[in-house]
Amino acid sequence: MSSNHRFTHLDALESEAIHIMREVAAECANPVLLFSGGKDSIVMLRLAEKAFRPGRFPFPLMHIDTEHNFPEVIAFRDHRAEELGERLIVASMEDSIKKGRVVLRSENQSRNAFQSVTLLDAIAEHGFDACMGGARRDEEKARAKERIFSFRDEFGQWDPKNQRPELWDVYNARTHPGENIRVFPISNWTELDVWEYISRENLEVPEIYFAHSREVIRRDSGLLPVSHLVQPQAGEQAEKITVRFRTVGDMSCTCPVESDAANIDDIIAETAMTRITERGATRMDDQTSDASMELRKKEGYF
Amino acid sequence: MSLIEKISLDQTELLRFITAGSVDDGKSTLIGRLLHDSKSIFEDQLSSITKTTQKRGMQGVDLSLLTDGLQAEREQGITIDVAYRYFATPKRKFIIADTPGHEQYTRNMVTGASTANLAIILIDARKGVLTQSRRHSYLASLVGIPHIIVAVNKMDLVDYSQKVFDDICKDFAAFADGLNLHNIEYIPMSALVGDMVVERGDQLDWYQGTTLIDLLENIEIKHDVNHDNFRYPVQWVCRPQTKELHDFRGYMGRIESGSIRVGDDVTLLPLGLTSRIKEIVMYEGSVEEAIAPQSVTLTIEDHLDISRGDLLVKTGDAPQVAQAFNAMLCWLAEQPLDPSRKYLIKHTTRVVKAIVSQINYRVDVNTMNHERVDTLKMNDIAHVAVKVQQPLVCDDYAQNRATGCFIMIDESSNNTVAAGMISFSEEV
Repeated sequence: MSSNHRFTHLDALESEAIHIMREVAAECANPVLLFSGGKDSIVMLRLAEKAFRPGRFPFPLMHIDTEHNFPEVIAFRDHRAEELGERLIVASMEDSIKKGRVVLRSENQSRNAFQSVTLLDAIAEHGFDACMGGARRDEEKARAKERIFSFRDEFGQWDPKNQRPELWDVYNARTHPGENIRVFPISNWTELDVWEYISRENLEVPEIYFAHSREVIRRDSGLLPVSHLVQPQAGEQAEKITVRFRTVGDMSCTCPVESDAANIDDIIAETAMTRITERGATRMDDQTSDASMELRKKEGYF
Repeated sequence: MSLIEKISLDQTELLRFITAGSVDDGKSTLIGRLLHDSKSIFEDQLSSITKTTQKRGMQGVDLSLLTDGLQAEREQGITIDVAYRYFATPKRKFIIADTPGHEQYTRNMVTGASTANLAIILIDARKGVLTQSRRHSYLASLVGIPHIIVAVNKMDLVDYSQKVFDDICKDFAAFADGLNLHNIEYIPMSALVGDMVVERGDQLDWYQGTTLIDLLENIEIKHDVNHDNFRYPVQWVCRPQTKELHDFRGYMGRIESGSIRVGDDVTLLPLGLTSRIKEIVMYEGSVEEAIAPQSVTLTIEDHLDISRGDLLVKTGDAPQVAQAFNAMLCWLAEQPLDPSRKYLIKHTTRVVKAIVSQINYRVDVNTMNHERVDTLKMNDIAHVAVKVQQPLVCDDYAQNRATGCFIMIDESSNNTVAAGMISFSEEV
């Protein structure tokens, strides 16, 4: 709470998230916090600091690395983990591919959906019984129906019809061996809340969230960034325009938006005005069908 | 002046509400209307529901589709319990717990209501106060939702008649008299047309009150939290054991109610040991005072053996320490209550073994009649006697939601099977 005795909606959301993280630490034997270097997980790290400092985090950080990430985000991830002095586990999809657990049709295809395999393998390898992540309910309608403490069976599956009732702020984090709980402390935050919090806390974010000049291709209804994974196809023309990313993910399917937002205040103004949902604007893999996210979650996706 | 009085009123606060009503009352249309007229619907969402409306052979935009759910639900024509929706106006941020109105209603509404500041009870102007309106109101009163808005909807279908509205208000007030409901507001509206939701419309000139959004934005909620009785369940003990902080012992938790200042005398329960607050530590630095619902770290003057599950209170303001108590229990699981079995109770940060030693009566939520039963099935609400293996430090739910509520867990499945509200009143 800021010094002039205001208790804003951000204070309420922050206190709720801190309470949730402490419940996880206390009730779960071996939790982990997922950190991708994206804006939501940046907020999660600050919340973890507020929840546990002056102590250390009672859990490691983990990144499910598709190796299709923006280099700026990976650099940021490593720098932030080191700055915090907390342990970072990188679970690489390359390992899942080498082991034959992930079979790709082509080198350049989106790896988002396969994150589930690497995530479930990492959960098994480290014996994690709880994974905290920065997913929000305003992102997508499957998430809107998911609990803050979301139970997953031994296959990592989410069963939307068989969720544990969640009342007051009394959370049930109990699992049997092999099962786990996904926990979403910022479930009740919106995209705007996240940016307002980043501004209030003066948090550093990867540069690609701000407007920059980038080579893109117009494909379907979105912009795709040109990289070693995405090259113009016949009839397509790469062009250089001023864009920024609203989300950061797999380079092959994360679309930037045209924007001049050069700083956090600009981003907040833009987010408050925007008329397109975050995932609608930036994720080609969520536009495949009405139920893309729901299906992925049932397979163990975050 | 205390901190709670100093909190300025013009802040964007957070208001959580629930809408109670069946599909036919226009609940989805109302939520759709609120989101649409407050400009919280995005273009891609709007174009998606426009397409779906056309696919179903209808005209225009069916706003109720905004709350349409998952593939699993569409395939089976069901709605899965609670979905959460968000919108904001410059004055406030809102969280709607959207619960479907079918036979699982009790379980879902209790879940959604447990965190709500306010319930909108929808009444179809053509039908008036029905059995289900009574059921919704009873559940709102059971869970102790601080504010109630009775939305008399579909006024367009009764020619915007003031008499229809007045009669319904009178009926509802008479019925609500017997319930534990406070702060009831009545609004005539048409969610379909948009009258009195965000815009006033021009059909309800005889109505002098505010629009729904106006009420949602301005209703005073800072007193919804108990600010009188300091209750601090310890969640986590912080012992960094570094060179600089070798002796630091911080008790981390959230102030569930009341407030605390440095120097206050505190008692640790259930042990009954006493000490004094030395420091209130926040990430940004130490503060002199903190209030509910802040998450903080407390240090105390003396070295007490404090662990998770203990409760700190101000000395002289102790709650009950009880090993047997009565509670209103809402059964949530498909598997019925087995009165011979032990269950786990999670109450604040403490988990204990418990049995339901007696079912005093079950409440018929449609008639409010009391019935004798031997077990409890899903959606049953009952007054029960509970015994616990270790004492709970608790308050009457009516005085303090946070220290009066608990969940019951089936130890073999780990499922949450019941929600309980502790009652120390004599009535059985």
